Amino acid sequence: MMNDTQAGMALRCTGIRKSYDKRTVVDVAELDIPAGETLAVLGPSGSGKSTLLSILGLLEPPDAGEVYLDGNRVTHRDKTARMHMAAAFQSPYLFKGTVADNVAYGLKLRRMLSVDRRSAVADSLERVGLGGWENRSALTLSGGEAQRVALARALVLRPRVLLLDEPLSSLDPLIKGQLAQDFARIIREHSMTTLYVTHDQNEAMAIADRMVILRDGVPVASGTVDEVTGLPPDAWTANFLGAESPMQGSVVSSADGLIGIDTGGCVVYAGGSEEIGSRLIVGVRPEDVLLFEGDADIPITTARNRFLGTVVDVELWGVMYHMVIDICGSRLASRVSRASVRDMGLETGSKVRVVFKASAVRYKRI
Amino acid sequence: MVFIEAVVTAVALLLQGSAELWNVIATTFEVAITSTVAGVVLGAPMGFLMGATRFRGRRLAVALINTAMAIPPVVIGLVVMMTLSRQGPLGFMGLLYSKDAMSIAQTLISTPIIAGLIAAAVASVPYKLRLQARSLGASRLQEALLALREARLGVIAAVAAGFGAVVRGVGAVMMVGGNIEGQTRVLTTAIVQESRKGEFGLALALGLILMTITFAMNGFLTWYQHSNERFDRS
Repeated sequence: MMNDTQAGMALRCTGIRKSYDKRTVVDVAELDIPAGETLAVLGPSGSGKSTLLSILGLLEPPDAGEVYLDGNRVTHRDKTARMHMAAAFQSPYLFKGTVADNVAYGLKLRRMLSVDRRSAVADSLERVGLGGWENRSALTLSGGEAQRVALARALVLRPRVLLLDEPLSSLDPLIKGQLAQDFARIIREHSMTTLYVTHDQNEAMAIADRMVILRDGVPVASGTVDEVTGLPPDAWTANFLGAESPMQGSVVSSADGLIGIDTGGCVVYAGGSEEIGSRLIVGVRPEDVLLFEGDADIPITTARNRFLGTVVDVELWGVMYHMVIDICGSRLASRVSRASVRDMGLETGSKVRVVFKASAVRYKRI
Repeated sequence: MVFIEAVVTAVALLLQGSAELWNVIATTFEVAITSTVAGVVLGAPMGFLMGATRFRGRRLAVALINTAMAIPPVVIGLVVMMTLSRQGPLGFMGLLYSKDAMSIAQTLISTPIIAGLIAAAVASVPYKLRLQARSLGASRLQEALLALREARLGVIAAVAAGFGAVVRGVGAVMMVGGNIEGQTRVLTTAIVQESRKGEFGLALALGLILMTITFAMNGFLTWYQHSNERFDRS
């Protein structure tokens, strides 16, 4: 039986390239997942994220480049290295047979004794909330149940690297939210190194420590979840994340852990200290931006940043409205509920008061 | 009624338990089972490779297998007979007019059928399912066995088709086996022989026995095919 205390292994790749039909689908100069961390790889469909997962998981060879596991170079032919990894995909791809047959599949390949196998399977099913489901037919489960079995099938191997390829994308929002939380808890409990491929930034934020955004197979942003989502480096990334391009400005004041950044008429306050005159890019997550009617008395709040702005774009995104506001020539995005939009009568051209905290402002030197 | 007479004759023949009849039935079974098993051993890997992998020349291989499925058995019999005849390249083995020669010819008939149908069955197994098995530690062989198990309905249909082709074959076995009484006579060649003699009732009785054997074998395969139906995709 595999040791419960095995920690995650560091996964790294350099110079990875892969093409299909002469089209480059992955071109990653370097990617590093420290042992025990969870890295989310985000990108739209066709951005090469699943191919990158297959290469890092040693499931397919790259055309060029190397993969390292705990500093040792490994390839898809290295079965010992592959035995340290396990994956679950967007579709659960359960095999014909019972739930127990599925969960035990990898254990059988590892020649675990059947008595140990039974208890490991029962334990793993318990962890994903399906205790006692061993004898059910795997192919008659609902989407959420099947995805839990797929996760149990991977977890039962006590992998040191877990690869998850959009495991929640085919599920309905209710089950998705629940499973995302469960996945995050299980991954934390096991201290596994995890590569989590998704196109949903909410999932990534719930599960990952860091994230990389792929565009046409090339990483265009990487860092902590907060850094990447709060300060997208370019317009494409901002658009993909549902934010606006960062503002640019110069530091005009710096005192008591608070800096003032002139973004072209408006001074935005952010937590931190920088030299006066430093050039910065500045961003705020749409969720952190509050809107009030233009002539409203703003309630007493600790929010340091208050501006008068004009709504320049209104789009309905699912249950929330995505509003773009012009303040002093810069654009900020905000998420507003349907009720608020209705009550405030918000539409393109509406004057609004824009409020956000200094602690919500991310910035980076340029 | 000639058909009722045939049924009565068939039952009587079986009840009499004539050594010759049982010998013909045993030879039929032996040659059919041997060549079906050989067809599976050769055809399953070929089918898997053609259905589940990508390699240079794959399309040509598929075209050749599909063509081989349609070659008349009598042509295969002719080629095997020429190969095994005294002047042929394998004449020194002295296999012509033996059960081995019949099995070889029948294997050449069953293999492309089994390979072609398994290729089609395995091609329907999603690539990502095999990738999933690989990600759990499966070797290429274990991955292939899983794919064959997943495509079980089609694989069993392929085996049934291979068995059916050899058990009903007459042209090839006649040419390379020679229909020698007590040695290479099988049900199909015995039917031809009795028909030629004008013993239509006996020929029809033998035909009924052959159909019963085929039905029993296919009944078994169908039962096996559906025995785990509750685990199939709904």
